[in-house]
Amino acid sequence: MDLFAEAIAWIFSTDTQSGSLPLSEAIATHLAFTVVSVLIAAVIAVPAGWLVGHTGRGREIAVGLSGAARAVPSFGLVLLLVLVFGVTHKVGASTTAFVLLAIPPILAGAYSGVEAVERRIVDGARAVGMTSSQVLGKVEIPLGLPLLIGGLRSATLQVVATVTLAGYVGSWGLGFYIVQGIQIRDFAQILGAALVIVVLAVLLDLLFALAERAVVPRGVRAGRDGR
Amino acid sequence: MIEFRSVTKTYPDGTDAVADFSLVVPAHTTTVLVGSSGSGKTTLLRMINRMVEPTSGSIEIDGEPIAQRDPVRLRRSIGYVLQNGGLLPHHRVIDNVATVLRLEGTPKQEAREKAAEVLDVVGLDRSLAQRYPSQLSGGQQQRVGVARALAADPNILLMDEPFGAVDPIVRAELQAETLRLQQELHKTVVFVTHDIDEAFLLGDQVVILSTGAQVAQVGSPSEIIENPADDFVASFIGTERGARALRTKHTDHGTVLVDGAGRTQGRLVESSS
Repeated sequence: MDLFAEAIAWIFSTDTQSGSLPLSEAIATHLAFTVVSVLIAAVIAVPAGWLVGHTGRGREIAVGLSGAARAVPSFGLVLLLVLVFGVTHKVGASTTAFVLLAIPPILAGAYSGVEAVERRIVDGARAVGMTSSQVLGKVEIPLGLPLLIGGLRSATLQVVATVTLAGYVGSWGLGFYIVQGIQIRDFAQILGAALVIVVLAVLLDLLFALAERAVVPRGVRAGRDGR
Repeated sequence: MIEFRSVTKTYPDGTDAVADFSLVVPAHTTTVLVGSSGSGKTTLLRMINRMVEPTSGSIEIDGEPIAQRDPVRLRRSIGYVLQNGGLLPHHRVIDNVATVLRLEGTPKQEAREKAAEVLDVVGLDRSLAQRYPSQLSGGQQQRVGVARALAADPNILLMDEPFGAVDPIVRAELQAETLRLQQELHKTVVFVTHDIDEAFLLGDQVVILSTGAQVAQVGSPSEIIENPADDFVASFIGTERGARALRTKHTDHGTVLVDGAGRTQGRLVESSS
Protein backbone atom coordinates (compact mmCIF):
# COMPACT_ATOMS: atom_id res chain seq x y z
CA MET A 1 0.00 0.00 0.00
CA ASP A 2 1.05 3.54 -0.61
CA LEU A 3 3.13 4.75 2.35
CA PHE A 4 1.81 8.30 1.96
CA ALA A 5 -1.78 7.14 2.17
CA GLU A 6 -0.88 5.12 5.27
CA ALA A 7 0.85 8.09 6.81
CA ILE A 8 -2.16 10.30 6.22
CA ALA A 9 -4.44 7.58 7.54
CA TRP A 10 -2.20 7.47 10.63
CA ILE A 11 -2.57 11.21 11.16
CA PHE A 12 -6.37 11.01 11.12
CA SER A 13 -6.84 7.65 12.85
CA THR A 14 -8.69 7.63 16.19
CA ASP A 15 -5.80 5.77 17.80
CA THR A 16 -3.49 8.68 17.05
CA GLN A 17 -5.99 11.16 18.50
CA SER A 18 -6.47 9.26 21.73
CA GLY A 19 -3.39 7.06 22.24
CA SER A 20 -0.86 7.32 25.05
CA LEU A 21 0.23 10.66 23.46
CA PRO A 22 -2.69 12.22 21.59
CA LEU A 23 -1.67 14.07 18.41
CA SER A 24 -3.23 17.35 19.57
CA GLU A 25 -1.18 17.22 22.76
CA ALA A 26 2.01 16.45 20.82
CA ILE A 27 1.37 19.39 18.49
CA ALA A 28 0.65 21.67 21.46
CA THR A 29 3.87 20.62 23.24
CA HIS A 30 5.84 20.97 20.04
CA LEU A 31 4.50 24.49 19.49
CA ALA A 32 4.97 25.40 23.14
CA PHE A 33 8.66 24.39 23.00
CA THR A 34 9.06 26.41 19.82
CA VAL A 35 7.27 29.54 21.00
CA VAL A 36 8.83 29.60 24.46
CA SER A 37 12.35 29.02 23.11
CA VAL A 38 12.01 31.72 20.44
CA LEU A 39 10.51 34.14 22.94
CA ILE A 40 13.34 33.63 25.45
CA ALA A 41 15.88 33.96 22.65
CA ALA A 42 14.17 37.15 21.46
CA VAL A 43 14.20 38.68 24.94
CA ILE A 44 17.97 38.16 24.99
CA ALA A 45 18.93 38.75 21.36
CA VAL A 46 16.66 41.60 20.28
CA PRO A 47 17.85 44.25 22.75
CA ALA A 48 21.43 43.05 22.31
CA GLY A 49 21.13 43.25 18.52
CA TRP A 50 19.58 46.71 18.65
CA LEU A 51 22.41 47.93 20.85
CA VAL A 52 25.04 46.43 18.55
CA GLY A 53 23.36 47.99 15.49
CA HIS A 54 22.88 51.35 17.19
CA THR A 55 26.32 51.76 18.71
CA GLY A 56 28.31 49.69 16.20
CA ARG A 57 30.12 48.20 19.20
CA GLY A 58 30.48 44.45 19.51
CA ARG A 59 29.63 44.06 15.85
CA GLU A 60 32.48 41.63 15.19
CA ILE A 61 31.37 39.48 18.11
CA ALA A 62 27.79 39.45 16.87
CA VAL A 63 28.79 38.60 13.31
CA GLY A 64 31.17 35.88 14.48
CA LEU A 65 28.61 34.42 16.85
CA SER A 66 25.89 34.27 14.19
CA GLY A 67 28.29 32.65 11.76
CA ALA A 68 29.82 30.14 14.17
CA ALA A 69 26.45 29.08 15.55
CA ARG A 70 25.38 27.80 12.15
CA ALA A 71 28.05 25.15 12.43
CA VAL A 72 26.86 23.86 15.82
CA PRO A 73 25.17 20.45 15.40
CA SER A 74 21.77 20.82 17.05
CA PHE A 75 21.40 17.17 18.02
CA GLY A 76 24.77 17.20 19.72
CA LEU A 77 23.89 20.38 21.57
CA VAL A 78 20.63 18.93 22.90
CA LEU A 79 22.32 15.73 24.11
CA LEU A 80 25.24 17.63 25.58
CA LEU A 81 22.99 19.95 27.56
CA VAL A 82 20.92 17.03 28.85
CA LEU A 83 24.14 15.48 30.11
CA VAL A 84 25.30 18.75 31.61
CA PHE A 85 21.97 19.66 33.22
CA GLY A 86 21.28 16.09 34.32
CA VAL A 87 18.48 13.82 33.16
CA THR A 88 16.06 15.28 35.69
CA HIS A 89 16.15 18.60 33.88
CA LYS A 90 15.42 17.41 30.36
CA VAL A 91 12.87 20.17 29.66
CA GLY A 92 15.24 22.87 30.81
CA ALA A 93 18.15 21.34 28.94
CA SER A 94 16.23 20.99 25.68
CA THR A 95 14.77 24.46 25.93
CA THR A 96 18.21 25.93 26.59
CA ALA A 97 19.52 24.18 23.49
CA PHE A 98 16.69 25.57 21.36
CA VAL A 99 17.20 29.06 22.80
CA LEU A 100 20.90 28.89 21.93
CA LEU A 101 20.02 27.85 18.39
CA ALA A 102 17.46 30.64 18.03
CA ILE A 103 19.68 33.47 19.29
CA PRO A 104 22.04 33.91 16.31
CA PRO A 105 19.43 34.49 13.58
CA ILE A 106 17.45 36.84 15.83
CA LEU A 107 20.60 38.72 16.81
CA ALA A 108 21.54 39.06 13.14
CA GLY A 109 18.05 40.26 12.22
CA ALA A 110 18.02 42.85 15.00
CA TYR A 111 21.42 44.38 14.34
CA SER A 112 21.26 44.25 10.57
CA GLY A 113 17.81 45.87 10.68
CA VAL A 114 19.15 48.81 12.65
CA GLU A 115 22.32 49.00 10.56
CA ALA A 116 20.40 48.97 7.30
CA VAL A 117 18.65 52.25 8.08
CA GLU A 118 20.11 54.89 5.77
CA ARG A 119 22.76 57.00 7.50
CA ARG A 120 21.29 60.23 6.19
CA ILE A 121 17.96 59.48 7.88
CA VAL A 122 19.70 58.80 11.19
CA ASP A 123 21.85 61.90 10.71
CA GLY A 124 18.73 63.98 10.04
CA ALA A 125 17.05 62.63 13.16
CA ARG A 126 20.07 63.55 15.31
CA ALA A 127 20.41 66.94 13.66
CA VAL A 128 16.88 68.02 14.54
CA GLY A 129 17.54 67.15 18.17
CA MET A 130 16.65 63.56 18.87
CA THR A 131 18.55 61.96 21.74
CA SER A 132 20.43 58.77 21.04
CA SER A 133 17.64 56.64 22.51
CA GLN A 134 15.01 58.57 20.55
CA VAL A 135 16.93 57.87 17.35
CA LEU A 136 16.91 54.18 18.26
CA GLY A 137 13.27 54.06 19.34
CA LYS A 138 11.63 56.35 16.81
CA VAL A 139 13.79 55.75 13.75
CA GLU A 140 16.08 52.73 13.80
CA ILE A 141 13.75 50.19 15.42
CA PRO A 142 10.63 50.91 13.35
CA LEU A 143 12.59 51.04 10.10
CA GLY A 144 14.58 47.91 10.99
CA LEU A 145 11.53 45.86 11.93
CA PRO A 146 11.18 43.92 8.64
CA LEU A 147 14.70 42.49 8.97
CA LEU A 148 14.11 41.65 12.62
CA ILE A 149 10.95 39.73 11.73
CA GLY A 150 13.02 37.95 9.08
CA GLY A 151 15.45 36.89 11.82
CA LEU A 152 12.60 35.67 14.04
CA ARG A 153 11.25 33.80 11.03
CA SER A 154 14.40 31.80 10.38
CA ALA A 155 14.88 31.23 14.12
CA THR A 156 11.36 29.85 14.45
CA LEU A 157 11.71 27.56 11.45
CA GLN A 158 15.00 26.24 12.73
CA VAL A 159 13.59 25.61 16.20
CA VAL A 160 10.33 24.02 15.02
CA ALA A 161 12.39 21.50 13.08
CA THR A 162 14.87 20.96 15.89
CA VAL A 163 12.25 20.46 18.61
CA THR A 164 11.69 17.09 16.94
CA LEU A 165 14.93 16.02 18.61
CA ALA A 166 13.30 16.53 22.00
CA GLY A 167 11.53 13.26 21.25
CA TYR A 168 14.84 11.51 21.84
CA VAL A 169 15.29 12.82 25.36
CA GLY A 170 11.68 12.84 26.52
CA SER A 171 8.29 11.60 25.46
CA TRP A 172 7.11 14.90 24.12
CA GLY A 173 6.35 16.60 20.90
CA LEU A 174 5.98 15.25 17.43
CA GLY A 175 9.49 13.83 17.63
CA PHE A 176 8.24 11.20 20.05
CA TYR A 177 6.23 9.52 17.26
CA ILE A 178 9.28 9.44 15.05
CA VAL A 179 11.54 7.97 17.73
CA GLN A 180 8.88 5.45 18.69
CA GLY A 181 8.16 4.71 15.03
CA ILE A 182 11.78 3.88 14.40
CA GLN A 183 11.83 1.50 17.35
CA ILE A 184 8.64 -0.33 16.32
CA ARG A 185 9.40 0.01 12.57
CA ASP A 186 6.13 1.82 11.91
CA PHE A 187 7.03 3.83 8.82
CA ALA A 188 3.53 5.25 8.42
CA GLN A 189 3.81 6.79 11.89
CA ILE A 190 7.27 8.23 11.14
CA LEU A 191 6.16 9.77 7.88
CA GLY A 192 2.85 10.92 9.37
CA ALA A 193 4.59 12.78 12.20
CA ALA A 194 7.12 14.23 9.77
CA LEU A 195 4.27 15.51 7.59
CA VAL A 196 2.64 17.21 10.56
CA ILE A 197 5.96 18.92 11.36
CA VAL A 198 6.25 20.09 7.76
CA VAL A 199 2.72 21.51 7.83
CA LEU A 200 3.49 23.29 11.13
CA ALA A 201 6.66 24.77 9.66
CA VAL A 202 4.89 25.94 6.51
CA LEU A 203 2.08 27.53 8.52
CA LEU A 204 4.54 29.33 10.80
CA ASP A 205 6.53 30.50 7.79
CA LEU A 206 3.36 31.86 6.20
CA LEU A 207 2.47 33.66 9.41
CA PHE A 208 5.88 35.33 9.49
CA ALA A 209 5.73 36.18 5.81
CA LEU A 210 2.51 38.08 6.50
CA ALA A 211 4.01 39.74 9.59
CA GLU A 212 7.09 40.77 7.65
CA ARG A 213 4.90 42.53 5.12
CA ALA A 214 2.75 44.09 7.78
CA VAL A 215 5.64 45.72 9.63
CA VAL A 216 7.09 47.52 6.62
CA PRO A 217 6.39 51.13 7.63
CA ARG A 218 3.62 52.61 5.49
CA GLY A 219 5.69 55.44 4.12
CA VAL A 220 8.42 53.03 3.06
CA ARG A 221 5.95 50.72 1.35
CA ALA A 222 4.27 53.67 -0.34
CA GLY A 223 7.58 54.58 -1.92
CA ARG A 224 8.38 51.02 -2.90
CA ASP A 225 5.04 50.39 -4.62
CA GLY A 226 5.29 53.64 -6.55
CA ARG A 227 2.97 56.58 -6.24
CA MET B 1 25.00 86.52 16.03
CA ILE B 2 27.23 83.50 15.62
CA GLU B 3 30.94 83.84 16.16
CA PHE B 4 33.67 81.36 15.24
CA ARG B 5 36.88 81.96 17.23
CA SER B 6 40.00 80.23 15.84
CA VAL B 7 38.13 77.02 15.25
CA THR B 8 40.13 73.96 14.20
CA LYS B 9 38.90 70.51 13.36
CA THR B 10 41.49 67.79 12.98
CA TYR B 11 40.30 64.31 12.16
CA PRO B 12 41.93 61.30 13.86
CA ASP B 13 43.91 60.53 10.67
CA GLY B 14 45.60 63.91 11.02
CA THR B 15 43.88 65.83 8.23
CA ASP B 16 42.73 69.34 9.04
CA ALA B 17 39.16 69.80 7.81
CA VAL B 18 39.18 73.26 9.33
CA ALA B 19 42.26 75.17 10.42
CA ASP B 20 42.10 78.28 12.61
CA PHE B 21 38.82 79.59 11.25
CA SER B 22 37.31 82.81 12.55
CA LEU B 23 34.13 84.47 11.35
CA VAL B 24 31.28 86.60 12.58
CA VAL B 25 27.85 85.73 11.25
CA PRO B 26 25.64 88.78 11.81
CA ALA B 27 22.14 88.21 13.16
CA HIS B 28 19.06 88.34 10.90
CA THR B 29 21.07 88.09 7.69
CA THR B 30 22.06 85.30 5.36
CA THR B 31 25.68 84.20 5.35
CA VAL B 32 26.68 81.81 2.61
CA LEU B 33 29.71 79.56 2.95
CA VAL B 34 30.83 78.66 -0.54
CA GLY B 35 33.67 76.46 -1.66
CA SER B 36 34.40 73.33 -3.60
CA SER B 37 34.28 69.93 -1.98
CA GLY B 38 36.93 69.48 0.68
CA SER B 39 36.74 73.12 1.70
CA GLY B 40 35.26 72.14 5.07
CA LYS B 41 32.11 74.19 4.60
CA THR B 42 29.73 71.48 5.78
CA THR B 43 32.00 70.75 8.74
CA LEU B 44 31.78 74.42 9.73
CA LEU B 45 28.00 74.33 9.45
CA ARG B 46 27.69 71.18 11.50
CA MET B 47 29.84 72.68 14.25
CA ILE B 48 27.17 75.30 14.87
CA ASN B 49 24.70 72.68 16.15
CA ARG B 50 27.44 70.48 17.61
CA MET B 51 26.95 67.66 15.12
CA VAL B 52 30.73 68.07 14.82
CA GLU B 53 32.86 69.11 17.78
CA PRO B 54 35.79 71.42 17.08
CA THR B 55 39.22 70.14 18.11
CA SER B 56 40.09 73.58 19.40
CA GLY B 57 38.68 77.09 19.39
CA SER B 58 35.15 78.04 20.30
CA ILE B 59 31.85 78.98 18.75
CA GLU B 60 29.54 81.42 20.43
CA ILE B 61 25.90 82.18 19.80
CA ASP B 62 24.95 85.65 21.08
CA GLY B 63 28.10 85.68 23.19
CA GLU B 64 27.44 82.33 24.82
CA PRO B 65 29.85 79.46 24.02
CA ILE B 66 27.86 76.55 22.64
CA ALA B 67 30.27 74.03 24.17
CA GLN B 68 28.50 74.69 27.47
CA ARG B 69 25.09 73.91 26.07
CA ASP B 70 23.42 70.51 25.92
CA PRO B 71 23.84 69.35 22.28
CA VAL B 72 20.30 67.95 22.02
CA ARG B 73 18.67 71.14 23.33
CA LEU B 74 20.95 73.23 21.16
CA ARG B 75 19.95 71.29 18.03
CA ARG B 76 16.27 71.66 18.82
CA SER B 77 16.73 75.42 19.04
CA ILE B 78 18.38 75.59 15.61
CA GLY B 79 16.64 74.80 12.34
CA TYR B 80 18.60 72.46 10.09
CA VAL B 81 17.83 71.73 6.44
CA LEU B 82 19.75 68.77 5.03
CA GLN B 83 20.86 68.27 1.48
CA ASN B 84 18.51 65.39 0.77
CA GLY B 85 15.72 66.35 3.11
CA GLY B 86 16.72 63.75 5.70
CA LEU B 87 13.02 63.28 6.40
CA LEU B 88 11.71 60.30 8.33
CA PRO B 89 10.31 57.98 5.64
CA HIS B 90 7.85 56.30 8.00
CA HIS B 91 6.25 59.53 9.22
CA ARG B 92 3.68 61.56 7.34
CA VAL B 93 4.63 65.00 6.09
CA ILE B 94 2.70 66.70 8.88
CA ASP B 95 4.46 64.64 11.56
CA ASN B 96 7.85 65.22 9.98
CA VAL B 97 7.24 68.95 10.20
CA ALA B 98 5.99 68.59 13.78
CA THR B 99 9.05 66.53 14.84
CA VAL B 100 10.87 69.19 16.85
CA LEU B 101 7.67 70.48 18.45
CA ARG B 102 6.81 66.95 19.55
CA LEU B 103 10.35 66.41 20.89
CA GLU B 104 9.93 69.56 22.92
CA GLY B 105 6.73 68.20 24.43
CA THR B 106 4.07 70.11 22.51
CA PRO B 107 0.80 68.09 22.56
CA LYS B 108 0.19 66.19 19.34
CA GLN B 109 -2.85 68.15 18.16
CA GLU B 110 -1.28 71.53 18.84
CA ALA B 111 1.95 70.47 17.14
CA ARG B 112 0.06 69.36 14.03
CA GLU B 113 -1.87 72.61 13.85
CA LYS B 114 1.36 74.57 14.10
CA ALA B 115 2.94 72.29 11.48
CA ALA B 116 0.02 72.87 9.10
CA GLU B 117 0.57 76.62 9.41
CA VAL B 118 4.25 76.20 8.58
CA LEU B 119 3.31 74.20 5.48
CA ASP B 120 1.42 77.31 4.34
CA VAL B 121 4.47 79.46 5.04
CA VAL B 122 6.74 77.37 2.81
CA GLY B 123 4.11 77.18 0.08
CA LEU B 124 3.06 73.55 0.41
CA ASP B 125 -0.54 72.62 -0.12
CA ARG B 126 -2.16 71.23 3.04
CA SER B 127 -3.49 68.32 1.00
CA LEU B 128 0.07 66.95 1.04
CA ALA B 129 0.12 66.84 4.85
CA GLN B 130 -1.07 63.24 5.06
CA ARG B 131 1.36 61.92 2.44
CA TYR B 132 4.65 60.20 3.12
CA PRO B 133 7.93 61.78 1.95
CA SER B 134 8.41 59.08 -0.71
CA GLN B 135 5.17 60.22 -2.32
CA LEU B 136 6.48 63.75 -2.90
CA SER B 137 8.71 65.21 -5.59
CA GLY B 138 12.27 66.22 -4.72
CA GLY B 139 11.33 69.89 -4.59
CA GLN B 140 8.36 69.21 -2.34
CA GLN B 141 10.56 67.12 -0.04
CA GLN B 142 12.99 70.04 0.28
CA ARG B 143 10.11 72.35 1.18
CA VAL B 144 9.06 69.87 3.87
CA GLY B 145 12.66 69.92 5.08
CA VAL B 146 12.54 73.72 5.31
CA ALA B 147 9.15 73.56 7.04
CA ARG B 148 10.52 71.09 9.60
CA ALA B 149 13.46 73.39 10.29
CA LEU B 150 11.15 76.39 10.76
CA ALA B 151 8.41 74.69 12.78
CA ALA B 152 9.77 75.45 16.22
CA ASP B 153 10.47 79.04 15.16
CA PRO B 154 14.26 78.97 15.70
CA ASN B 155 16.37 82.11 15.44
CA ILE B 156 19.04 80.32 13.48
CA LEU B 157 18.57 78.31 10.31
CA LEU B 158 21.34 76.09 8.95
CA MET B 159 21.02 74.99 5.34
CA ASP B 160 23.43 72.37 4.00
CA GLU B 161 23.35 72.45 0.19
CA PRO B 162 19.58 72.22 0.43
CA PHE B 163 18.94 72.60 -3.28
CA GLY B 164 21.83 70.53 -4.59
CA ALA B 165 19.76 67.52 -5.56
CA VAL B 166 16.86 69.13 -7.43
CA ASP B 167 16.64 70.11 -11.08
CA PRO B 168 17.57 73.67 -12.13
CA ILE B 169 13.99 74.89 -12.58
CA VAL B 170 12.89 73.70 -9.16
CA ARG B 171 16.15 75.01 -7.70
CA ALA B 172 15.43 78.51 -9.03
CA GLU B 173 11.93 78.28 -7.57
CA LEU B 174 13.24 77.21 -4.16
CA GLN B 175 15.90 79.95 -4.20
CA ALA B 176 13.24 82.59 -4.89
CA GLU B 177 11.15 81.08 -2.11
CA THR B 178 14.10 81.23 0.28
CA LEU B 179 14.61 84.91 -0.47
CA ARG B 180 10.91 85.61 0.09
CA LEU B 181 10.90 83.66 3.37
CA GLN B 182 13.98 85.47 4.63
CA GLN B 183 12.36 88.86 3.89
CA GLU B 184 9.43 87.80 6.06
CA LEU B 185 11.19 85.92 8.83
CA HIS B 186 14.61 87.60 9.26
CA LYS B 187 16.33 84.48 10.57
CA THR B 188 20.06 84.23 11.02
CA VAL B 189 20.73 81.92 8.11
CA VAL B 190 23.96 80.03 7.46
CA PHE B 191 23.81 78.50 4.02
CA VAL B 192 26.35 76.11 2.50
CA THR B 193 26.71 75.64 -1.24
CA HIS B 194 29.30 74.97 -3.92
CA ASP B 195 27.33 77.05 -6.42
CA ILE B 196 28.74 80.58 -6.53
CA ASP B 197 25.68 81.92 -8.35
CA GLU B 198 23.46 80.60 -5.59
CA ALA B 199 25.80 82.16 -3.02
CA PHE B 200 25.62 85.59 -4.69
CA LEU B 201 21.86 85.32 -5.10
CA LEU B 202 21.03 84.42 -1.52
CA GLY B 203 23.89 85.82 0.56
CA ASP B 204 24.05 89.13 2.35
CA GLN B 205 27.51 88.03 3.36
CA VAL B 206 29.42 85.55 1.23
CA VAL B 207 32.42 83.62 2.58
CA ILE B 208 34.61 82.04 -0.06
CA LEU B 209 36.57 79.09 1.29
CA SER B 210 39.57 77.29 -0.09
CA THR B 211 40.94 73.95 1.14
CA GLY B 212 40.93 73.47 4.92
CA ALA B 213 38.31 76.20 5.38
CA GLN B 214 40.84 78.94 4.71
CA VAL B 215 38.88 82.15 4.18
CA ALA B 216 39.74 83.46 0.73
CA GLN B 217 37.41 86.43 0.97
CA VAL B 218 34.46 87.66 3.00
CA GLY B 219 32.12 90.35 1.80
CA SER B 220 28.87 91.23 0.15
CA PRO B 221 28.36 89.81 -3.35
CA SER B 222 29.00 93.25 -4.86
CA GLU B 223 32.23 93.74 -2.94
CA ILE B 224 33.53 90.37 -4.03
CA ILE B 225 32.65 90.77 -7.70
CA GLU B 226 33.96 94.33 -7.81
CA ASN B 227 37.17 93.56 -6.01
CA PRO B 228 38.20 89.91 -5.81
CA ALA B 229 40.85 89.49 -3.12
CA ASP B 230 43.15 87.30 -5.21
CA ASP B 231 43.43 85.08 -8.27
CA PHE B 232 41.80 82.15 -6.48
CA VAL B 233 38.67 84.17 -5.78
CA ALA B 234 38.66 85.68 -9.25
CA SER B 235 38.83 82.29 -10.89
CA PHE B 236 36.38 80.74 -8.40
CA ILE B 237 33.71 83.36 -9.07
CA GLY B 238 34.62 83.43 -12.75
CA THR B 239 35.21 87.14 -13.32
CA GLU B 240 37.22 86.27 -16.41
CA ARG B 241 34.52 84.33 -18.14
CA GLY B 242 30.86 83.76 -18.83
CA ALA B 243 28.25 86.20 -17.69
CA ARG B 244 30.62 87.94 -15.27
CA ALA B 245 33.08 89.22 -17.91
CA LEU B 246 31.02 91.44 -20.17
CA ARG B 247 31.94 94.17 -22.57
CA THR B 248 29.72 96.64 -24.31
CA LYS B 249 28.81 96.42 -27.96
CA HIS B 250 27.01 99.15 -29.83
CA THR B 251 24.18 98.08 -32.08
CA ASP B 252 21.50 99.96 -34.02
CA HIS B 253 19.08 99.26 -31.19
CA GLY B 254 21.26 100.49 -28.35
CA THR B 255 24.19 99.25 -26.33
CA VAL B 256 24.25 95.57 -25.35
CA LEU B 257 26.59 93.53 -23.19
CA VAL B 258 28.37 90.53 -24.67
CA ASP B 259 30.51 87.86 -23.04
CA GLY B 260 33.92 86.57 -24.05
CA ALA B 261 32.45 84.28 -26.68
CA GLY B 262 30.52 87.13 -28.24
CA ARG B 263 27.13 85.98 -27.04
CA THR B 264 24.81 88.77 -26.01
CA GLN B 265 23.98 88.50 -22.32
CA GLY B 266 21.87 91.60 -21.79
CA ARG B 267 21.22 95.23 -22.58
CA LEU B 268 22.97 98.20 -21.04
CA VAL B 269 20.32 100.34 -19.36
CA GLU B 270 21.64 103.82 -18.59
CA SER B 271 20.54 105.07 -15.21
CA SER B 272 18.71 108.39 -15.32
CA SER B 273 20.92 110.06 -12.71
